[in-house]
Amino acid sequence: MTLQIDVEGTRSEDALQVHPVGAKDRSFSPVNVFSHTVLIAWSILVVVPFVWSLIASLKSTGEIFGENPWAWPKELLWDNFSKAWDKGVGDYLANSVVVVVFGVFGTMLFGSMVAYVLARYDFPGNRFIYYLFAAGMMFPVFLAIVPLFFVVQNFGMISTYQGLILVYIAYSLPFTVFFMHAFFRTLPTSIAEAALVDGASHTTTFFRVMLPMAKPGLLSVGIFNILGQWNQFVLPSFLSPEKPVLSQGIATLLGSQRYENDWGTLFAALAIAMLPVVVVYLIFYRQVQAGLTGATLK
Amino acid sequence: MRHGSYRFVASFLAIPLALYAIFVISPFAQAFYYSLTNWTGVSPKFEFVGLDNFKTLTHDAVFRKALGNNVILLIGVPLLVILLALIFAYLLNVGGRSNSAGVQGVRGNGFYKLAFFLPQVLSVPVIAVIWSVVMTSTDNGLANTVTRKLGLGTSQFLANPDIALYCVMWVMIWGSVGFYLVLFNAAMSGIPKDIFEAAIIDGASRLSTFFRITIPLLWDTIQTSWVYLAILALDAYALVAVMTAGPGGPDNSTQVMALQIADNGFKFGRAGYASAMGVVLFFLTLIIAAVMLRATRRDRIEY
Repeated sequence: MTLQIDVEGTRSEDALQVHPVGAKDRSFSPVNVFSHTVLIAWSILVVVPFVWSLIASLKSTGEIFGENPWAWPKELLWDNFSKAWDKGVGDYLANSVVVVVFGVFGTMLFGSMVAYVLARYDFPGNRFIYYLFAAGMMFPVFLAIVPLFFVVQNFGMISTYQGLILVYIAYSLPFTVFFMHAFFRTLPTSIAEAALVDGASHTTTFFRVMLPMAKPGLLSVGIFNILGQWNQFVLPSFLSPEKPVLSQGIATLLGSQRYENDWGTLFAALAIAMLPVVVVYLIFYRQVQAGLTGATLK
Repeated sequence: MRHGSYRFVASFLAIPLALYAIFVISPFAQAFYYSLTNWTGVSPKFEFVGLDNFKTLTHDAVFRKALGNNVILLIGVPLLVILLALIFAYLLNVGGRSNSAGVQGVRGNGFYKLAFFLPQVLSVPVIAVIWSVVMTSTDNGLANTVTRKLGLGTSQFLANPDIALYCVMWVMIWGSVGFYLVLFNAAMSGIPKDIFEAAIIDGASRLSTFFRITIPLLWDTIQTSWVYLAILALDAYALVAVMTAGPGGPDNSTQVMALQIADNGFKFGRAGYASAMGVVLFFLTLIIAAVMLRATRRDRIEY
């Protein structure tokens, strides 16, 4: 009892030493002011270029590179967006959506199938297959890129949806398997066993019992894969030159704007590429942050 | 194992394993093989040339420049990103109420994390376009108007071969800090409060609790982050390809290995040679991961 009072006493005394001004003025302590100054400075560095480029999507080239690039546009050029759309951004957007929808669906389905089998069934070669997938996380894509091009070409799948989708799935599998494997290991075994005893097949048990139980894991790795595949640039730039996805289209447009000197249109294209992800991010930012960082820490 | 489960296992593994074997394992294996040939990538005929490609690589001035640039990025990017992210995470956590022993955040904690993390959801080409315009080399460039106002003068940025690589490095850091801040922040809030309280009772200052408690308990996370950032620095293709003139910058000042692999493999018709570069890149990645995970290993602290 005496000890407890002592401890409490030391604590309040300590707090007093650090902040002699008392509770009311705590937020104005030097440490706090310094923290906020540094944090605000970095926030400005992050947010200002982003917001500026959104505003630039309504400017003319002259206003973007003129005397005062910080000025508000004299006239809001919404026309930039229709010009960007006509330059192919609409097609790029559609390509991205198709590839990511099927790519993420396939990745999640196949990834969790493999992870489940490896986590829950004992068979010869289990460890080998696990390490085969885990090793895939360490290999630099550029080691494979030249032969990969010819593999895809041999299937006649350069610049096709199916080519990109299959490659996206294959390259997303290592991480998905690794993550979901760890996740399935944490789930209790009793429910799946009960389902099997009641006569459910292994396949039914997986789809009806285990997958619903794995929802939190699927959500994390799903967010990771959606963002990863949506922002993928290296694979499509070599494997799909004729059917560009959005991030690749932006890079191509930058190249052509250097000659055509129509930067408003480029920034409109940029806005079209950024806004969907940013809106989703602002709505679900807790889930996105938890999903991405949680997925990395596993 | 129950009857019929082998068939189930096989049916679940067949398609994903086939995809993985065709599109991932086989190209990787082929790259090792092609690195020993003079394959052009165009004609089906090629010869086995042993280690010739690797010998040529040691004299290849452009490749050596690229390797050197990658090494600069490899040192600078992980170091600065982890340092900045740790500082920001520290400020977010302990800049707030003092008696809460390090886990209560500053006001606006949520806003800062929201803002800092933003670049992580944007694709690299988008970031590259934004920054290449911000760093326009004329006096009216966005960054130049600010530095001139602040009395720092103007800069050519990506057009100046002396600093072009550091401009690329800056964009990499800018894009990564937020992610690692959120990562470290999550790991910090996982540290039990009583550890900090005990330390403060014993008279430890904020700074010493940070160095003596927070950093050691975050060590696993920092180590993993280092490996991820090293892999990022060894790639750098997307930023360099989109941002810099050429691409590769003036005087190859922003040349990186990945760009050389792409150029040799697809433009110059030297697929065998490009594969040899890929093999070098692979071993470099492997060595760095092994060194980082071994050399910096400490006893894991359970709490």
